[in-house]
Amino acid sequence: MRDAILTLTGLDAFYGDFQALYGVDLTVSEGEVLAIIGANGAGKTTLLRSISGLIANKPDQVQFRGKAIGTERPDVIAQMGLAMVPEGRQLFPSLSVEENLMIGGRVNRKGPWNLRKVYDLFPILEERKSQASTSLSGGQQQMVAIGRALMSNPELIMFDEISLGLAPVIIRDIYKALPGIVGGGMSAVIVEQDITKALAVSSRVYCLQEGRVSLEGKSDAVSREDIARAYFGVE
Amino acid sequence: MDFVNAVVQGTLLGGLYALFAAGLSLIFGVMRLVNIAHGDLIVLAAYLGLTTTVALGVHPLVALIVVVPAMAGIGYVLQRAVLNHTLGDDILPPLLVTFGLSVIIQNALLEGYSADPQKMDAGALETASVALGPLSLGVLPLLTFAIAVAVIAGLQWTFYRTPLGRAFRATSDNQDIAQLMGLNKRHVFGLAMALALAVTAVAGILLGIRTSFDPSVGGGRLIFGFEAVIIGGLGNLWGTLVGGVILGVAQTVGATINPGWQLLAGHIAFLVILAVRPNGLFPRISG
Amino acid sequence: MNTDIRISRTSNAAKVAAILGALIVVILIAAPYWAGRADMRLMGEIFLYLALASLWNLLAGYAGLVSVGQQAYVGFGGYMLFALTIFAGLPPLVAIALAGVLGALISIPVAALIFRLRGAYFAIGTWVMAEVFRLVFAQVSALGGGSGTSLPTDIVRSMADGRSAREALSYWLALGAALIVVTAVYLLLRSRKGLALTAIRDNELASASLGIDIWRTKFFVYVVTSGLTAVIGALIFLQKLRISPDAAFSVNDWTAFVIFIVVIGGIGTIEGPIIGTIVFFLLRETLADLGTIYLMVLGLVAIVVMLKAPQGVWGFIRHRFDLQLFPLGYRVVNADKSKGA
Repeated sequence: MRDAILTLTGLDAFYGDFQALYGVDLTVSEGEVLAIIGANGAGKTTLLRSISGLIANKPDQVQFRGKAIGTERPDVIAQMGLAMVPEGRQLFPSLSVEENLMIGGRVNRKGPWNLRKVYDLFPILEERKSQASTSLSGGQQQMVAIGRALMSNPELIMFDEISLGLAPVIIRDIYKALPGIVGGGMSAVIVEQDITKALAVSSRVYCLQEGRVSLEGKSDAVSREDIARAYFGVE
Repeated sequence: MDFVNAVVQGTLLGGLYALFAAGLSLIFGVMRLVNIAHGDLIVLAAYLGLTTTVALGVHPLVALIVVVPAMAGIGYVLQRAVLNHTLGDDILPPLLVTFGLSVIIQNALLEGYSADPQKMDAGALETASVALGPLSLGVLPLLTFAIAVAVIAGLQWTFYRTPLGRAFRATSDNQDIAQLMGLNKRHVFGLAMALALAVTAVAGILLGIRTSFDPSVGGGRLIFGFEAVIIGGLGNLWGTLVGGVILGVAQTVGATINPGWQLLAGHIAFLVILAVRPNGLFPRISG
Repeated sequence: MNTDIRISRTSNAAKVAAILGALIVVILIAAPYWAGRADMRLMGEIFLYLALASLWNLLAGYAGLVSVGQQAYVGFGGYMLFALTIFAGLPPLVAIALAGVLGALISIPVAALIFRLRGAYFAIGTWVMAEVFRLVFAQVSALGGGSGTSLPTDIVRSMADGRSAREALSYWLALGAALIVVTAVYLLLRSRKGLALTAIRDNELASASLGIDIWRTKFFVYVVTSGLTAVIGALIFLQKLRISPDAAFSVNDWTAFVIFIVVIGGIGTIEGPIIGTIVFFLLRETLADLGTIYLMVLGLVAIVVMLKAPQGVWGFIRHRFDLQLFPLGYRVVNADKSKGA
């Protein structure tokens, strides 16, 4: 059993008075690719926002390499080596493609990823590097978002629904690039609605249902029936 | 000839107005905040310049060395201690807090300096002039205009060519994701306000050399800056320069028709533009 | 068990407040018989400020139109009073009413221009308009130009016989204005239009999608508020007997103080301006000797309230005790046990 790089213990999350997560327990092991699946509104994005610090929780509910970060500022957490590819890409419209990547590199951590390596991974971006980031196609924007996250040389990278709104052929291409991205010891959490893709690329999977963990298991061992039950909350 | 002279003088005056406006425009661009106390901060800078020139016995332009960092520091602290807490979707808190700030600054200046009009002495600079054909251009207005152009060019360069500028643009685009990029948004906003007040310091010193000032003139300066921003179009610093020039020309031309109409002419020009082009002449963002 | 439930618009506290309020109003009406001259002047001032504050609150707290230029209409109303009585020979009371109508009329082109601006830029735009008004009136030499003019004594005398009768009349006009404004605001907010306003205030996008015409509603509120502000302005300068551009269009007197009253009392509530006016005058009577320090304290208090207790004094009380003295909401009431205040 490898060491846990990220541990969630009894994580609760609230939007005002509305509770979105109920006592979530979750571990990400060093170097593994973890999938989190669940229906819309199950709490997946809330989970990632809690981890990245955009939502404040109790200190011990989120631990990164043993350090309690539940109440830390998002920019501090980013400096520690957590990066996110946000849902809907959320590129900076006022910045060009290259500037988006450069600002990703603001967190100046040591590692293999730099502008050159990102351009090697996604050559089309180098062609369009001076263009306004929002003038690119959906798939290309997703590449920028991924590159932006990689530029900080994170230890844990989180992908929030990267296939959303993209054509199947683009999704396939991006997922093909995933091993190249995550190889080299980087841990990854992939939040997905596309269950097949999520299981294919991960070693373990959690399923969220209405803010609670309804299933945990090895990606190659869980059955369709287990998933369906956990996904929809049918007894 | 009178008319041409008025236009030229008005253009140069526009440089000063653009300086009033630049800080206002910057802050609105980065954090969508409009600082009602902006004009009073210009006046504060003028008073700081006055005290510096008196205490150190230096030329007002030399006082910039002291006043610019001082105002930048004030801006950073003000933003982090007070104004950061007003940011959000509601427009009332920043408006009312900066309004309260305006009253406090005005009365603090009254307490400290009395209501007597003051002016800084820049010596020969104030009366020196340069001949351009049949026109005689004051060195000070020329210098002011040149400084305005330089400041705006500098701000543009900062915004579009430096990591700090990238940080400003990113934070203004999307505060949450900017934080994921390792940007401490409270710090970024503090730096933006520091930069804006540094520009305000320059504006204040130049104002204090050019005319006499007292604690109550802040409101008028805010209005000039605001009119320059609206005429030029939101989110466009060069547009703000054009806006300042248009305002300045309207005022000086109005003054040649009737000295008592100077201010009114400026306001009318503003209202006409507002009626015909509500988004200004070169808008980049919407209000 | 038989649970009788009905919807009520009022509450016990509101009923008690209404009775107490009526008593207080009766006492206030009788003031010329029990109060001294200075006290009556002070109370008159308080009523006029209360009216201004209620109007500004309607504009900013409900319609979301934060104006720092209402002094335009205060001054306009004052100048209309002087102009109509001096040049048109109208009786002062008629002039005051007409000033309101004219104020509402002139606010229409003003609104057409400044409604092109949003948020804080709208606010400064209103200030610019007030400046324009000031500069324009300063050009009118018939009304004293830049130094202003006084209300001729025969016009003053025509209002009533004898000084105490005139002072009583002034006082009653102020009290009446305050009562009318507060009642009008209350009735407006209770009506459908008022519901629309509160909806707009709470969520503009949602209310637009419900078919509420935002622009028309805000425009209506702006025009009505400005007209009434002009009436108050006329009353203010009827009391002062003298007008000048700087006094008529003073940002400090007619906007800064009004804003402080509303913010400290509780913006977006009807009770707020009442509380705020009381607090403001308490502060003024105790601290005004300190001049600039007093103003700095006022500014500081406004900032602290806005940052720490943005709901103001009344908002705090209302939240804490679930109290509403001017019943605006709807309550579910059990017939056999009336719950809550």
